Amino acid sequence: MTHPMPTNPVPTNPMSTNPVPTNAVPANPVPGSGPNPPVPAGAPRTRIGRRLAELRARGEKALIVYLVAGDPDPETSLALLRAVAGAGADVIELGVPFSDPLADGPVIQAGTARALRAGMTPAGVLDLAARLRAGSPEVPLALMTYVNPVLRMGYRRFCAAAAAAGVDGLIVPDLPHEEAGELREAARAEGLDLIPLVAPTTPPERVAAVVREAGGFVYCVSLTGVTGPRETLPEGFIPLVAEVRRHTELPVAVGFGIATPAQAARVARVADGVIVGSALVRLCGEGLPPERLVEEAAALVRGLKAALKANAQGQPPAESA
Amino acid sequence: MTVRALSQPDARGRFGPYGGRFVPETLMPALVELEAAYREAQADPAFQEEFRYYLRHYVGRPTPLYYAEGLTRRLGGAKIYLKREDLCHTGAHKINNALGQVLLARRMGKTRVIAETGAGQHGVATATVAARFGLECQIFMGAEDMRRQEPNVFRMRLLGAEVVPVETGARTLKEAVSAAIREWVTHVETTHYVIGSVVGPHPYPVMVRDFQSVIGREAIEQIQAAEGRLPDYVVACVGGGSNAMGIFHPFSAYSEVKLVGVEAGGLGLETGRHGAALTAGVPGVLHGCYAPVLQDEHGQIREAHSISAGLDYPGVGPEHAYFRDAGLAEYATVTDAEALAAFRLLAETEGILPALESAHAIAYAARLAPTLPRDAVILVNLSGRGDKDIFHVMAHLAGAGAGAGSGGPAGGRGERAGSPVDGKEGGAK
Repeated sequence: MTHPMPTNPVPTNPMSTNPVPTNAVPANPVPGSGPNPPVPAGAPRTRIGRRLAELRARGEKALIVYLVAGDPDPETSLALLRAVAGAGADVIELGVPFSDPLADGPVIQAGTARALRAGMTPAGVLDLAARLRAGSPEVPLALMTYVNPVLRMGYRRFCAAAAAAGVDGLIVPDLPHEEAGELREAARAEGLDLIPLVAPTTPPERVAAVVREAGGFVYCVSLTGVTGPRETLPEGFIPLVAEVRRHTELPVAVGFGIATPAQAARVARVADGVIVGSALVRLCGEGLPPERLVEEAAALVRGLKAALKANAQGQPPAESA
Repeated sequence: MTVRALSQPDARGRFGPYGGRFVPETLMPALVELEAAYREAQADPAFQEEFRYYLRHYVGRPTPLYYAEGLTRRLGGAKIYLKREDLCHTGAHKINNALGQVLLARRMGKTRVIAETGAGQHGVATATVAARFGLECQIFMGAEDMRRQEPNVFRMRLLGAEVVPVETGARTLKEAVSAAIREWVTHVETTHYVIGSVVGPHPYPVMVRDFQSVIGREAIEQIQAAEGRLPDYVVACVGGGSNAMGIFHPFSAYSEVKLVGVEAGGLGLETGRHGAALTAGVPGVLHGCYAPVLQDEHGQIREAHSISAGLDYPGVGPEHAYFRDAGLAEYATVTDAEALAAFRLLAETEGILPALESAHAIAYAARLAPTLPRDAVILVNLSGRGDKDIFHVMAHLAGAGAGAGSGGPAGGRGERAGSPVDGKEGGAK
């Protein structure tokens, strides 16, 4: 028997300069779907910021809709994205399916698993984004992705491919601000917003640090927990939104646990935007025929948007919160 | 004898490029608080004294360093010593860390602890210490591991812990860790998460290593007393890597001691079905730290495979990756079949049943010893005992007929035995 002593020849990849060969660039780059054009300093840089500013000027609240890319399958997913954009979603948050979604509850875990089984990859997500962008040139689009798929492609390469696909921003739930410097730089170079998350457990001094270099909006996690519909929403987000507003002029959106029009309306009394995800992803898991699924998703989005509009008419704007 | 400085993470919790904190924002304040509480406890002689007291009187330390004369004679080469962590209370090194973390949790005012477990050893250790100190305890365990390690499931329940089956993915350790992290995110204000290995976000890798370093510190003294010198090799199995780092870290001061970590080769590296993150992984983020991990070209984490539930994990501790890159340790692999053969070899030559995890280290030593002169010394960390594995091993030996030992020194005399685990799946739920 030989004396094996394999010293590992596996190269260690510097975190951001890692050109792993993948089909990162969308297969069909769409003309006119490029990165956001340069804008004057101080103004919102992306479609996300511009849309939220317009809504705020009108005293309206944003409906931000999350779907898992490729759930339940790539074609239905594209139809869903187009339908929710048409039904009144102000911002689309497109989830990049990842094998180990630590911040997600059972509903989105299941959606992620469906998308992965249907063959979705990060490159496939960017392709889907580009196809959505081709038909909806104005809809603000953020990718919600865990950090590992981005690391694997390389931060710079991922951001370049995302910008080329017409993506406006990134939300990375497992990248706290201490670890976000390199990705923020790569995103900024491509004109992408890196949207930070704050949680009810985040102490005030930390909120200031987290939002300092934010782009697009600030994502307030409504509750101490993972994503998923809740019967009742805890009140912890109210002081959190107020705390965030002390440190930034950026719009503030609240997500996690918001599933019904009534919950959305309640959150919209204090926030600039309401993020709804699991309620839609749950629909995707019901095994409906594609047309029916698309219809029901659009109806859900219309109902949520209507609740936000009714609320805006009956309530003073959020600045008073 | 050159004495090197021992490695420490930087302020961001990085060992070289590895480590860090990649967790949801909800957990960040808890990690900052934990780090501060740990540093404070570390500097507090009263805490250290309490930890030492329970290590001695409750865990049963120091564990012996045993000259394995029968094994040495059978292999016909270097002298083999075993660091008998299998003789710790609860049967594995895991309790060193569980004790340290539960004492810390109590000091922080937490009333509840949670933990993940693969082989069940860390779950049993945590449930044991939680029972001793009156903390509520919940253990997350993959449903497949509950089947493989049924005796440990029963033990945890007897100790008053709630064992939560995890049914997602491959239903093994990776999913158990994910489920525990989600539980922690939800109850972070009252609950301490007792991570069982040198993995996860900072400060876990350094904290778990420090609690486990008692193994290496004792072994240095004991081998000096027995041989009047340090060993030529220190060998330990590596899943997440806590028993290995616990023995390696103190020895890493001495450049003449070669440190070898043994990863799970599973069905063979070429099959892709293994648990060898350092040997075949690519750096990435899993469960809160940046370290080598088994993943595909899209950045999806791959399922690991090992006959041993405790090594069935696609990631590895960041400090091991640093040790590898810095040349402080080398890492090899041992297959399922070799580990099984080594399990029998140690039983036959020493009357000791090793845990299947530890059998990987024995298998490596069995390969290495015959290539070395008789005055060479190999120290193997026998991290746990194998009682928990006997039904699983019996089923494998029965399933493999006589062919347990491909390349192993024990040969194979697999007895035809009815598998006592068949039909019992989930029976204790």
